[in-house]
Amino acid sequence: MFLGKVIGRVVPAVICEGLAGVPLLWVQPLDKNSKPDGHPMVCADGTRMAGPDEIIYWEASREAALTLTPSFVPVDHAVVGIVNDIQIDPVEERP
Amino acid sequence: MILARVAGRITSTIHHPDMEGRSLLVLDKIDPEGEPTGGYIIAVDSVGAGPGETVLVLDEGNGARQILGGADLPVRSVVVGILDYLPG
Repeated sequence: MFLGKVIGRVVPAVICEGLAGVPLLWVQPLDKNSKPDGHPMVCADGTRMAGPDEIIYWEASREAALTLTPSFVPVDHAVVGIVNDIQIDPVEERP
Repeated sequence: MILARVAGRITSTIHHPDMEGRSLLVLDKIDPEGEPTGGYIIAVDSVGAGPGETVLVLDEGNGARQILGGADLPVRSVVVGILDYLPG
């Protein structure tokens, strides 16, 4: 899983069977210091509660579709959870 | 599987129902000398790894579901071991 920031919503006019009603979010991937890292992408929202400006974590590949019901749907990126806090240990404090 | 070092953790209260109670670690990927390669990954902890520890990470969904249980668990990356030391 990786971090991302929701930068918008995507509203499809027509979508394939199984994805009707699934929220689609425009997500900017982030590095572990919350800096943008790579190109934005569209994620299905497995939490159904994420919105613009929220920091989320997302999963790619087959596991992304498992956030949805039914899970046999053509989805390759999905939001798994909304991040409350990212705690990165200072390097000098690591053993 | 890949080698990584525990860099921190993330907390989340709103998440997929199958993620309830799971510990999420932020991991720096490392090379065979133990130096960070620049990449990171967020993985579910299954072994109780702590800050700074060098860990073994499974990055494959079917194995992850076998370890953590749950046929529909949307997780691909799991910490499956803690290394004592890196030989060589």
